[in-house]
Amino acid sequence: MAYFEYQNIFTQVQVRGEPEMGMAMEDNIQGGDRTRTATFSNLAGWLGNAQIGPIYLGWAGVISMATGLLWFNIVGLNMLAQVDWSLTQFVRQLFWLALEPPGPEHGLSMPPLNDGGWYIISSFFLLISVMSWWLRTYLLAAQHKMGKHIAWAFLAAIWLFLVLGLFRPILMGSWSEAVPYGIFPHLDWTTAFSIRYGNLYYNPFHALSIVFLYGSVLLFAMHGATILAVSRYGGDRELEQIYDRGTASERAGLFWRWTMGFNATMEGIHRWAWWFAVLTPITGGIGILLTGTVVDNWFIWAIEHNFAPEYLGAYGYEAYGTYQDFGGVPAGGN
Amino acid sequence: MFPKWFDNWNKDNPTNIFGPAIAVGVAGSAVFVAAMIVGFGQPFPTESQQTGPRGTGMHVPEFVSDLAVYPDVDRYITSEPVVPTADSQLAIDVLEGVPPALANVTVENYERLLEAMRSWTGIPDLLEPGNDSYQTALAYSMIEMTQNINQNWAGHVQANAEVGVTCYTCHRGQPVPNNIWFRVGPVNDNVAGWPAIQNRVTMTSNFTSLPSTYLEHFLLLDENGQYGVAQVHDLVSRAENPPGSPLIQHAEMTYAWMNYFSNSLGVNCTFCHNTRAFYDPAQVTPQWATASLGILMVQETLEQYILPLETVLPPERLGPVYADVPKLACRTCHQGEQQPLNGLNVIRNWPELAVLDDLPDYSAFE
Repeated sequence: MAYFEYQNIFTQVQVRGEPEMGMAMEDNIQGGDRTRTATFSNLAGWLGNAQIGPIYLGWAGVISMATGLLWFNIVGLNMLAQVDWSLTQFVRQLFWLALEPPGPEHGLSMPPLNDGGWYIISSFFLLISVMSWWLRTYLLAAQHKMGKHIAWAFLAAIWLFLVLGLFRPILMGSWSEAVPYGIFPHLDWTTAFSIRYGNLYYNPFHALSIVFLYGSVLLFAMHGATILAVSRYGGDRELEQIYDRGTASERAGLFWRWTMGFNATMEGIHRWAWWFAVLTPITGGIGILLTGTVVDNWFIWAIEHNFAPEYLGAYGYEAYGTYQDFGGVPAGGN
Repeated sequence: MFPKWFDNWNKDNPTNIFGPAIAVGVAGSAVFVAAMIVGFGQPFPTESQQTGPRGTGMHVPEFVSDLAVYPDVDRYITSEPVVPTADSQLAIDVLEGVPPALANVTVENYERLLEAMRSWTGIPDLLEPGNDSYQTALAYSMIEMTQNINQNWAGHVQANAEVGVTCYTCHRGQPVPNNIWFRVGPVNDNVAGWPAIQNRVTMTSNFTSLPSTYLEHFLLLDENGQYGVAQVHDLVSRAENPPGSPLIQHAEMTYAWMNYFSNSLGVNCTFCHNTRAFYDPAQVTPQWATASLGILMVQETLEQYILPLETVLPPERLGPVYADVPKLACRTCHQGEQQPLNGLNVIRNWPELAVLDDLPDYSAFE
């Protein structure tokens, strides 16, 4: 075995046997809602567990899927209507098309269907869909006698989602403040939102959100790399390493302690990851909620709070050179 | 292929060559690339024009290859004027079909100008006596427009140096100039209001999903006789105006408009703005003032000279959606350059086009 066989982007081992069907139905608290079959997929095995299914839907899952599909179809059909039901144009313009929120003249009232009405209806279904999916993560965790960490982490993301589409529009008194459902249009909205409020980079909560976002990336890379690096000593069996620290944990810990004087533990690293991840949307949501409701120009706010410097003194444009130095025809040329 | 002793020796001495091969390959390639860059320079060299204080990232970068003077400049036809003498005759007294806007031009200079204008516009029979096509009436108006821009908008067209405009600035040898625009909105079917005017690939939207109606919004009078105002953000940290005002929609409309500027002039945001505070009046650059004058110039020009052509132009020259007049804006003249024709002084030889009502000033040629 050559040294580089450990350095592979896909999972190298696929365990195949009888499918793991989980607890017997009668022991299941919710009972009887799982599908009855399971298959194996090579592709899934490269990325994770090769077994596909069974899946538990439950009432929350069914409601979530149904309302989510309604939202998806309302958005898609509205886009299709905007290109006058031409499938060719629908495909060509897909990234440009959007279901837009109503114009500002409608405030918080129910607008006409063709001027944001469908947006309100579809958003209602999306809200139900997302919230029932959250409930599903909570109920499934309870069913498995797990902690509710996943549900609370998901709720952190939902907080940002609700701030953008529900809380802030209500505080601003207009649904037109919400984000359009479209690929490029939601990016346009993001840019316009930043510029409208005097440059969102000067919003300290935006800055915090970026810290946690990039921090999450860094932590994830450090943790993933550490575990892969010690998987030859069983480091990928993290749970065993937590209650019976073996040579994998020792080496990983020593590596980081000797590198930077401090190391997380097999348990603690996951708390780092969880907090960085949930703080990203929590701080981001606070920043969005304050924008336009409490602060109208973050750049000037930052200057007032000694967070950004002011320029003083002359600009000195005369030293900058002219267009003639930069490809222009010399002055007077004819 | 190889001698037997060599194959045998290889068989007896198995070696992992992948590690060294990859290491040598990577290191060797890096050394090669570094040597090439040091020896021959950056393969895609760039130049930067500084537009703001050092350390603020305010500059306009360009590939050096894009800075070369482009062919439109070389195709510009010009000739020195003939200074009128005491017995020079005015063209309008002698020749037929002389536009009223050129009433003060002598015969020699009129003929010289006519030849140039035919080359600039690519219309070989332009202003031919007896030619009663719509082009004659159009030319009368366009000559006056050119004179008005040169005389009254020197703050824009001569902001840095004598440059001016002639027919060629827009026409570039073609009867219909490039980069004209028509009204296109609403662009989406089966919707109304804000959703109807955006999210569609159009020439006007510069292939973005931003609004396609920004040019009419900012450059044409609305039903209340007002121009759209570039509204982006408040200039205080907490404003007392109504919630949301100015709206994100205003910012998006303005963004589409600014994107048009950027494409028209081949520049980025920092040509006119310090992007950390877009509309802080203390931090915009001098170019911002020139561009703002340009907006006023285009508004006046559209109102006085372009829109009245609706009754003059034949149907095939009118817009595809509203049968409206083809309109001009920044890109019609600038065509991707900071200054049209790279800042070529087009007006120097044409005092006839530099004044609206006065006598042409030939003093520079006496």
